[in-house]
Amino acid sequence: MSLWEFANPVKFMALSGKVLPWVVGLTVLTLVPGMIWGFFFTPEAANFGNSVKIIYIHVPSAMMAINIWVMMLVTSLIWIVRRHHVSVRAAKAAALIGVTMTVIALITGAIWGEPMWGTYWAWDPRLTSFLILFLFYLGYMALWAAIENPDTAADLTSVLCIVGSVFALLSRYAVNFWNQGLHQGASLSMDKEEHVADVYYLPLLLCIAGFILLFVALVLIRTRTELRLVRLHRLEIRERMKDV
Amino acid sequence: MFDLGKYADAILSSWGITLALLIALVLVTWRRSVQVKKALHAAEQRASKNV
Repeated sequence: MSLWEFANPVKFMALSGKVLPWVVGLTVLTLVPGMIWGFFFTPEAANFGNSVKIIYIHVPSAMMAINIWVMMLVTSLIWIVRRHHVSVRAAKAAALIGVTMTVIALITGAIWGEPMWGTYWAWDPRLTSFLILFLFYLGYMALWAAIENPDTAADLTSVLCIVGSVFALLSRYAVNFWNQGLHQGASLSMDKEEHVADVYYLPLLLCIAGFILLFVALVLIRTRTELRLVRLHRLEIRERMKDV
Repeated sequence: MFDLGKYADAILSSWGITLALLIALVLVTWRRSVQVKKALHAAEQRASKNV
């Protein structure tokens, strides 16, 4: 069986319909305990005090904001190369989730920055590239909304997605590239000495898993809605043709 | 309510905004899904009657 079989909307709808209840269940089982653990049961950090509780929402949302754009890049490339409608519809479906994650990361980062850095905002490489990524998300959604022909919209938004990927990567690696600015390095690392202590790390991992699963559940629902819309538009056009 | 210390405002506002945005995203997604499903069902029924 080939992976490309699921590019067939009928097969995608059948498989996603079976998988979706499990994904929703797993989302609830990871996100709710992860958030409760992070908010209520983690100790104060020596240097950040209780503000460390903000990482349980800030880190997963920032990770998702970047990774959702990467997912959109992959699905857009699939559209450009193989013209599979499911893939470009999945990219479109992911955009609203991505922009929400970006807004959460920007707001929680600003709120955390005020007591820690003494300012809500600085033109730091990571923060600035993240703001540009947010604007790219808005541009991507606006482009879909502005163009009537879905194939043309898919082509143009896919190109925009490729261009915006530069900023998604910059958001992730800005700290490493420039080694300057207010934002610290990654909170999670394979290097045991670099990443945060286990007492914060484990609930953070659970929250990250919860955010990933929430994204998968939402993107499946939204892609299914997008595919239904395609079918609905076809039926409406057929009805209008009969009336004529 | 347990004591969040001097960062209480920052923590509560961050969590409040995040939860509000996530709940809004879920509701918008769910509502749109239900609306489109209903509209498609109605359109399919009309199409099958016309055949």
